[in-house]
Amino acid sequence: MRHRGGNLSLIVGGSIILGVLLFVALGPLVSGYEVDQLDMRNRLQLPSSEHWLGTDNFGRDLWTRMAVGARVSIAIALSSVGIAVVVGSVVGLVSGYFGGWLDLVIMRIVDVFLGFPPIVLALAIVAALGPGVVNLSLSLAAVFWTEYARVVRSVTLAQREADYVTSAVALGASNARILFREILPNVFGPVIVLATLGLGTAIIAESGLSFLGFGVEPPTPTWGWTLAYGTRYLRAAPWLSTVAGLAIMITVLGFNLFGDGLRDYLDPRGVARRVRRTSRT
Amino acid sequence: MAAYVLRRLALFVPMMIGIVAVTFGIMQLLPGDPAAVLLGEDASEEAVREMRRALGLDRPWWMRLASYYADLFRGEMGDSYFQNQPVANAIAQRLVPTLEVAFVALLISIVLGVALGIAAAVRRGGLVDAASMLFAQLGVSMPVFWFGILLMYLFAIQLDLLPSIGRGPPLLFAFGQALAGRPAALGESLMHIAMPALTLGLTNAAVISRLVRSSMLETLGQDFVRTANAKGLRPARVVFVHALRNALLPVVSVIGLRFGALLGGAVLTESIFGWPGLGQLAVSAISQRDIPLVQGIVLTFAVAFAIVNLVVDLLYAVIDPRVRLE
Repeated sequence: MRHRGGNLSLIVGGSIILGVLLFVALGPLVSGYEVDQLDMRNRLQLPSSEHWLGTDNFGRDLWTRMAVGARVSIAIALSSVGIAVVVGSVVGLVSGYFGGWLDLVIMRIVDVFLGFPPIVLALAIVAALGPGVVNLSLSLAAVFWTEYARVVRSVTLAQREADYVTSAVALGASNARILFREILPNVFGPVIVLATLGLGTAIIAESGLSFLGFGVEPPTPTWGWTLAYGTRYLRAAPWLSTVAGLAIMITVLGFNLFGDGLRDYLDPRGVARRVRRTSRT
Repeated sequence: MAAYVLRRLALFVPMMIGIVAVTFGIMQLLPGDPAAVLLGEDASEEAVREMRRALGLDRPWWMRLASYYADLFRGEMGDSYFQNQPVANAIAQRLVPTLEVAFVALLISIVLGVALGIAAAVRRGGLVDAASMLFAQLGVSMPVFWFGILLMYLFAIQLDLLPSIGRGPPLLFAFGQALAGRPAALGESLMHIAMPALTLGLTNAAVISRLVRSSMLETLGQDFVRTANAKGLRPARVVFVHALRNALLPVVSVIGLRFGALLGGAVLTESIFGWPGLGQLAVSAISQRDIPLVQGIVLTFAVAFAIVNLVVDLLYAVIDPRVRLE
């Protein structure tokens, strides 16, 4: 039962992700419009055979803008989660493996980061660094890394005492070799599951920051920006923000289902789930 | 028990010191000079220098950090740059509205989440289960503020049933009035809080429903439930009296941890609905580079989060004595 459930989630989630990638790759080619092609006579048009998702307030084709904007949204998600995975994993490995006062200090630092409301921390960092794709990714990574540090630490703690590690130590393996060759492979499962779910969280977080006016600056049409921007035309053109919101929801749903499905294969003991449940993003 | 509380409180102090330091560090990176912003574009260099001295910005960073710690130790958070009042006052005015909406949201999410979770577990594999879990998946996949905007579009713009922005009379006050036989204020208050609270509670309801479902399924498979069923107890009694109490144990601790997400979500929700709370204040303080105010708000959020978690842990220790011995 559980196994079949996992399979279904994987298939549905994977299909959604594949669909989104196809849309991103082919969307702008098949629409016949440029991202910033203005057409003031056709502003705020409803979806039609000319403009499949309608137009925005400058008459730009929404289908094209969604497809192009997705690249930036997904790039931000991938890079923020990527940074968080690398930093969190290294910190977690070191903390769990060496233990003692180092572990104590690192875990208190993790607690400090967990003590912030996530969006406030991200906001403050974006405000400090300034807008832009790279800074946005860094600020989100600053929120996300604690999750990976905690998971990797807990796996490392458990593996440190395992017989194969003891024998590696007895054979005279260096700390680096034990950490990266012996222990690291064990954390791949939970980390991949967490990262898949994290991609969805990142896309949502980007849209939230855009809504508050701290996202990527125009003319980059990220999904979050289109959604936030569409709310200004809620009365005249409610589909603007609806389309952007649906795009975000469907994509995040894809990542969430895929992540849930992966969990049954890669993390049967549920390490990722325990941490994820308590996470605050 | 007392030792457990003390140990928890002791852990809290270094965390606060760290949070202050990290916030302070981020604020140092902020571009722009608050003194120049305060005085406007026409200010002379002399005046800006004078203002920097008045704000204490001319001192090195470590002295400012140290004096901030000293202020905190005396129970002071300094004065806001732009609000013309002490940070503590500015926060105090905004804290109650935020707690109000967070509390109602928590209530909504617990009721909704537990109900859906139980329904899904009891009807495992059926239509109710599928529908609840679809709700749960969509709930965590949706940007919270988008859900708020959809609600606003439907109930305020299209149906014109609820006010789209602003806060009614304070909820506690309105509640007192209603008890005294004047329910008008409570109605007004609830009309205003309905959409913000539902928006804020949605993700939480989704998370809780999944958790209750899995916890309930686990409990329903245990021997004591089989025994209760075998004794011929009514199914409702088995579910609600025997199983639910045990199934809710893990949920309690998660609800506490989710409170932080709720406070964070308040930042977005308050911006949509023009709710005069801490979240909105945080956004404007960060935009204005009002460093003392940002520090104060972050600390307040962190303290609120830590207190809720402490209470939850204590509750948990009362319910489940094994925790105390860890």
